[in-house]
Amino acid sequence: MNSCCETPAFVPPSAPAPGGVLRTIALIGPPNAGKSTLFNRLTGLRQKVANYPGVTVEQRMGSMAGVGRPDLTLIDLPGIYSLTPYSEDAKVAVDVLKGRMTGTPKPDAIILVLDSLHLIRQLMLAAPVLALRLPTLVLLNMSDLMESRGGAVDVLQLARELGAPVAQISAAHGIGIDAVPLFLNQHDRPAEAPQRPLTLPVLGNAASTHSWATQVSRNTGYRAPLSAASTRRLDDILLHRIWGPLLFLIVVVAVFEVVFALGQPLSDGFGDLLTKIGDLARPFLPAGWIQSLVLDGAWKGIGSVLVFLPQILLLFLFIGILEDTGYLARAALIADRVMRAIGLNGKAFIPLLSGYACAVPAIMSTRTIENKRDRFATILVTPFMTCSARLPVYLLLIAAFIPNTYVAYGLLSLRTLVMLGLYLAGFLAALATARLLKSSILKSSETPFILELPQYRMPTLRALGLRLLDRSKIFLNQAGRVILLVTLGVWVLAHLPATRTAAGVLTAPELAESLIGRLGHFIEPAIAPLGFNWKVGIGLLSSVLAREVMVSTMGTLYGADPGTQALSLQSAMHHDMTLGGALALMIFFAFAMQCTSTMAIVKRETNSWKWPALQFVYMLVLAYGAAFVVNHVVTAIWG
Amino acid sequence: MSVLSELNVGQHGVVMALELPESVQNHLMHMGFVPSALVTALRRAPAGDPMVYLVDGLEIALRRETAKSIRVKIPRTLSRQQEQDLLESARQAAQADPVQTDSSQLEAAPVEAIR
Repeated sequence: MNSCCETPAFVPPSAPAPGGVLRTIALIGPPNAGKSTLFNRLTGLRQKVANYPGVTVEQRMGSMAGVGRPDLTLIDLPGIYSLTPYSEDAKVAVDVLKGRMTGTPKPDAIILVLDSLHLIRQLMLAAPVLALRLPTLVLLNMSDLMESRGGAVDVLQLARELGAPVAQISAAHGIGIDAVPLFLNQHDRPAEAPQRPLTLPVLGNAASTHSWATQVSRNTGYRAPLSAASTRRLDDILLHRIWGPLLFLIVVVAVFEVVFALGQPLSDGFGDLLTKIGDLARPFLPAGWIQSLVLDGAWKGIGSVLVFLPQILLLFLFIGILEDTGYLARAALIADRVMRAIGLNGKAFIPLLSGYACAVPAIMSTRTIENKRDRFATILVTPFMTCSARLPVYLLLIAAFIPNTYVAYGLLSLRTLVMLGLYLAGFLAALATARLLKSSILKSSETPFILELPQYRMPTLRALGLRLLDRSKIFLNQAGRVILLVTLGVWVLAHLPATRTAAGVLTAPELAESLIGRLGHFIEPAIAPLGFNWKVGIGLLSSVLAREVMVSTMGTLYGADPGTQALSLQSAMHHDMTLGGALALMIFFAFAMQCTSTMAIVKRETNSWKWPALQFVYMLVLAYGAAFVVNHVVTAIWG
Repeated sequence: MSVLSELNVGQHGVVMALELPESVQNHLMHMGFVPSALVTALRRAPAGDPMVYLVDGLEIALRRETAKSIRVKIPRTLSRQQEQDLLESARQAAQADPVQTDSSQLEAAPVEAIR
């Protein structure tokens, strides 16, 4: 099973450090207050962070090695507004906090992270958290922005009002983090009863909590920083009636144009480099089957996928910028009208957009959708969004079959246009399917659309760089395990049964006579109507594990065939398929569910095999039908 | 008595009551829509709906049908405190960001609300 987007599980130490009473500390705070950024600082881990509410949707644990306390376990939790959970992710946070989550220890101290830019509202969460009577450290995050924008608060007075230590920090820049180890050392002794806040409101009553928070902020001389000016000026343009949607489209088109115009030369150069490395290694390997297995099998197969790393990283860079600046929430706002027409709301648009990177985290992020039926519908359609694993397949086929000419007065390349068409096809299939689901099995009354728009922030180079690094690691890891195994398997099957010649030398059979050739010919009748030959059939079978495996399998198969061995994978495929078959193959990939990680996560999130099974069959039928139509139409027109 | 959805862009209202299911109401109140809170209609989404509201310094988007269930008073005159809050924030804006001292950016908010 490939682990597309998961971080390794952390097992908390079973015994506490001698003398210490603290073992587990929870990070609590409203959404988008910067808990995960702080978590990464304190643990040295790399939990995903971005600038929109609801990035963290499940608890994550790590040891506090970042501040020299590896004996302590820190739990990062989804953001909550109150201890009365409203959505699935908030329920996770409250369950962990109250010790009701199996597998996660009950925290015995709390770090409450508040965004100091909106202190009054953020203090509303402080009341129920302080009422838990656990040792609590209150951190006012984004204090750098607070200062530069003319806000103020009396920290000492706030500490007195809350009966808990308060410190100002900037998690993004690592300022003031010292407060955490200080707090930990102080509470590590079985010590004095914690201080008590001066007053607490009636818990569970929002109005009373709000007036309490207002009173506290007044007593501490809180002056909210005026920070919305630049955000509002940007929104004047980005949410403009005409410019807003237009800019959104321009951004999307530009992303693809750059992935081609800038990414293609990068990928080509990277591909040449990989071939050279293979050639350099050739003399060091014994001639014969070992050389063939390593170079023509494994290296050619893996290399054919690795080539696309630069282009995938470019795509991730753009998605990272959109997420970190805070634009994603605006996109949700712009899309709300369309989403309403299909029976969902703008919030469902955020998972769909993240689906352009990978469906697995996108499906997890649906936890922020409050209505269960809306959430299931979004989960079921997210795999239609063109994820980065489809990119290698598209890029390979487009480069092989679509001429590099320019249309629309030289503004757009034909290749970009085909690519956009494929992305659009996936998106439209998602919308149509959602509409179908919401008017049939997942019908429900509308839930209110409540969306918080974060202020725009400049993404830090560090954060973007770390994302790309993580993505490269995942990609290489995938290539090194799943793809390597499949590639080796395909190579072995392509070389069996070996026959002994008269001279007693073992030789591989003709590719068509090999085990894999026979399997391929066996399934060929089923896919021939789509314009696919048996090699594509083998590729499709292997791609059920993960879409990009298709490319490596084709690389190995054509590498094993003496007729195409010398050709690049592009020209080999061009040689072997019609235009109709190639376009049909792209459409097939746009619609089919070929990803075991996604099916596993759908099962986990819906708690039943029924939904992933339905999804798999539905997408397969759609993919087959669409590919059939495309093949016949294209062949009829362009022959 | 009016409802929130009747506010035009730039207009203010004081929340009087929320007439929504308990869980939604609780959620909205934690986002700042509590009785006596001052809400400003900030801008419409490109399609005309939802509307973005400013409450407690935070921008929250609500659809018309949700905003219809929030009863507000559109004040002819603001209370002394609210007026001061607005003037104060306008003054701060001018200080914090000298680029946008032009009056259009300040939306002439207090003046319009008082009128």
